Amino acid sequence: MTGNQALFEYLLHRGDNALILAQRLGEWCGHAHQLESDIALTNVALDQMGQARMLLTEAGRVEAKGRSEDDLAFFRVEREFRNALLVEVDNGDFARTITRQFLFDIFQFHTLKALRQSENEFLVGFATKSLKEVTYHRTLSTDWMKRLGDGTALSHDKMQDALNVLWEYTPELFDITEGDAVLTKAGIIPDMEAIKIAWNEEVRSVIAEATLEIPNTLGYEARGGRIGHHTEHMGYILAEMQYLPRTMPEAKW
Amino acid sequence: MTNTPDSPQGNLWEVFIQAKPGIPHKHAGSLHAVDAESALLSARDVYTRRGEGMSIWVVPSHEIVASTEAEADSFFDPADDKVYRHPTFYEVPEGVKYL
Repeated sequence: MTGNQALFEYLLHRGDNALILAQRLGEWCGHAHQLESDIALTNVALDQMGQARMLLTEAGRVEAKGRSEDDLAFFRVEREFRNALLVEVDNGDFARTITRQFLFDIFQFHTLKALRQSENEFLVGFATKSLKEVTYHRTLSTDWMKRLGDGTALSHDKMQDALNVLWEYTPELFDITEGDAVLTKAGIIPDMEAIKIAWNEEVRSVIAEATLEIPNTLGYEARGGRIGHHTEHMGYILAEMQYLPRTMPEAKW
Repeated sequence: MTNTPDSPQGNLWEVFIQAKPGIPHKHAGSLHAVDAESALLSARDVYTRRGEGMSIWVVPSHEIVASTEAEADSFFDPADDKVYRHPTFYEVPEGVKYL
């Protein structure tokens, strides 16, 4: 695998993470328990959408086959998406959405911090800009984790249920593909082992403070996003997200 | 401050935003929140989405002391007929902002 191919795959992976999470968070628009949370979640969605646009545009440029951000977002099929499974898990209730966001925010926060040292100029610029947004996302989701985890008996149970569902999706975040190994060696992307350590430390400390427990998943870990093997949710997300551009490819708004 | 919220969504808070350094915080609106910390986060999300501010104050609405309509006559009428109270006889030098 050439360096360019590896970089293209990595940019797709990061771009798809942001795109699919934005799509999921967007589903909350008009449905959250209060207007304040509704707007907070859609703000995070719009930040993720901004990141997806930068990453997919750059992926198209690196690939050099003339594909735009829209071509990549709307005209790939499920098997060609490279996002981690965690971001496509259904929203469930507010507890599950916030827990998913928290697990992903901490991952993004530490990855972006490390990406600022990348040998790749685009990734440095991208990480510096996005880190500001993600620092806020992390504050927001961490606040909710503690508030609801250490809240009423009902909110605590809902948060624990969410963690029980989502925990098995987290190991995949740190998977290294063959291409990633090439990029890590070249100093373009950070060592995921170090990120995993930082993530574990922070996530476990917040979970403890929220009086929640890490579930025993009996060694089961869900993975497959990096090779295009997605959960049953993915087709529905794409159907909704891609319907308009596929029906009217020339549509402008 | 009482712990009983005004509504199931929490207490009402008033939000004040400062747009630039040195100018006053302006009332931007209100929101519901269960405590100061969440009021501040919500204020950021609801009222500063398009680069409106650089500093936020949140104040519990019930802490604000307001004048009543009955007081309006004694409060405001005496100022109405004294035109010399208004600084309309001065030329404002060019370039003075936020006056």
